[in-house]
Amino acid sequence: MSAIVQIENLTKRYDDGKLALKDLSVEFMRGEIIALLGPNGAGKTSLISIICGLTTISDGRVTVDGFDIQSNYREARSLIGLVPQELMLEPFETVMGTVSLSRGLFGQAPNHEYVEGLLSRLSLWEKRDSPIRELSGGMKRRVLIAKALSHEPKILFLDEPTAGVDVDLRRDMWRLVKDLQAEGVTVILTTHYIEEAEEIADRIAVINEGQILLVEDKSVLMNRLGKKELLIELSEPLLEVPQGLAGLGVRLQNDGRQLSYSYDMATEKSGIPEVLGALKIEGIGFSDVHTEQSSLEDIFIELVAER
Amino acid sequence: MIVNFYAIKAIFKFEMSRTYRTPLQSFASPVIATVLYFVVFGSAIGNRMTPIDGISYGAFIVPGLIMLTVMTQSVANASFGIYFPKFLGTIYEHLSAPISSFEMVIGYVGAAATKSAGVGCIILAVSFLFVPLKIQHPLLMLAFLLATALCFSLLGFILGLWAKDFEQLNLVPALIITPLVFLGGSFYSIAMLPSLWQTVSLFNPAMYVISGFRWAFFGVSDVPITISLLSIVILAIFFFVIIWRIFATGYRLRQ
Repeated sequence: MSAIVQIENLTKRYDDGKLALKDLSVEFMRGEIIALLGPNGAGKTSLISIICGLTTISDGRVTVDGFDIQSNYREARSLIGLVPQELMLEPFETVMGTVSLSRGLFGQAPNHEYVEGLLSRLSLWEKRDSPIRELSGGMKRRVLIAKALSHEPKILFLDEPTAGVDVDLRRDMWRLVKDLQAEGVTVILTTHYIEEAEEIADRIAVINEGQILLVEDKSVLMNRLGKKELLIELSEPLLEVPQGLAGLGVRLQNDGRQLSYSYDMATEKSGIPEVLGALKIEGIGFSDVHTEQSSLEDIFIELVAER
Repeated sequence: MIVNFYAIKAIFKFEMSRTYRTPLQSFASPVIATVLYFVVFGSAIGNRMTPIDGISYGAFIVPGLIMLTVMTQSVANASFGIYFPKFLGTIYEHLSAPISSFEMVIGYVGAAATKSAGVGCIILAVSFLFVPLKIQHPLLMLAFLLATALCFSLLGFILGLWAKDFEQLNLVPALIITPLVFLGGSFYSIAMLPSLWQTVSLFNPAMYVISGFRWAFFGVSDVPITISLLSIVILAIFFFVIIWRIFATGYRLRQ
């Protein structure tokens, strides 16, 4: 897979002196869905804003499909569609009017067939002549997506796409993102919801304090850093971990009512049979056994803490 | 893509659709205001006024009234046109689109000027109902009308880019532009003023524009027509350079 967006040593310092991005370099691959994951204020929106042309570059270079976003801004921006975080729309304009404006702004000749298909796909066709102020919040978000896709972009940016979105729309949105990917569109989304990244992305870039902490395939990231925990609920509380179990790294918690054993999913031998065997040898009774997997959230907290 | 014509057309169409959505505000209110001016100044007061340069007062104020409306409407249209997307945040789309600042200006200023020049034409048509009029230089009159609409729409565009809130957006027209237009000889000839105020009026750019427009109607003016023509060109260039600088620095648009 080749890179479609290349960001080299990007720095952004705002007029008030705030350093939003620090010498950041990353590549987004053609046709992938990549999630930019980070807490509020990490620099996600600054990064997107720069690539899309809303914010100026302080230092560094960004190319989109080989076009420099500063010297070849027309070519670069023609390839990009942006769905902003806020519901920013002209309240008095109709759905059709605002989508037509978007298509024109991006230099495309009117194409009724395409726009009709797009609006139908987003369940907006029936509302095409409605003024935007009469639409619900969810419908408005669909309009923003329609505007971003109006000029048939190769890259779609979604800035916090599901903030304040109901379950239906969220599901529709993920289906659309998957469909777009199948059509060859690269999708870049920002989120601070880890489940979102986990659910939809192929790769995850973790960003914090203006720097990329890591970029990894989602599964690799989960595997590499994913720890599993075996939890054993005891029938009788213990005062201390019996010797046979302590040697295996088992810990006692919950006032002596629970044993916990951490293991790495990546290693071939989990060590679980040994733990269960030792329980039998020591004659310890238990009422329940279950496992917990660390989520991206735990991984993320761990990563941020490491720095 | 050397020039993004589709974008210019899209902005123009979008801005014009705002006009069609609000026909009362866009066309009826300026026309009603003008009719009132005709009734008050043209008929009630005008009957007691002596002709100016051989032109009846009712006819004399026609070019002034058209200019008054075209100038204020141009500023209002263009400033609102670009301020509103800034206020709503929808400007993000223009900033992320493959358009140059030049194309954006043509779209917005073109639409604003078209609207106000259209209103100017309507007022001219209405004037014929009130006073007998004969336009000596109709083509030049039309050119002046369009140039004024463009020039003051550029000014409005600057105002809309600069304004941080609705108060600033309204304050500048009320405190600066309306006084300049009123005192620029919309309702009188500069020659009627005491000499001190005649001198002061020479510093008012609106005076040169109104004078030139009146010349196109009656062949008489406060300042020579060439100076009027020159001044409107200089004004347009001046405003355009300011806009160009604003875009070049990203001032109040891009962080």
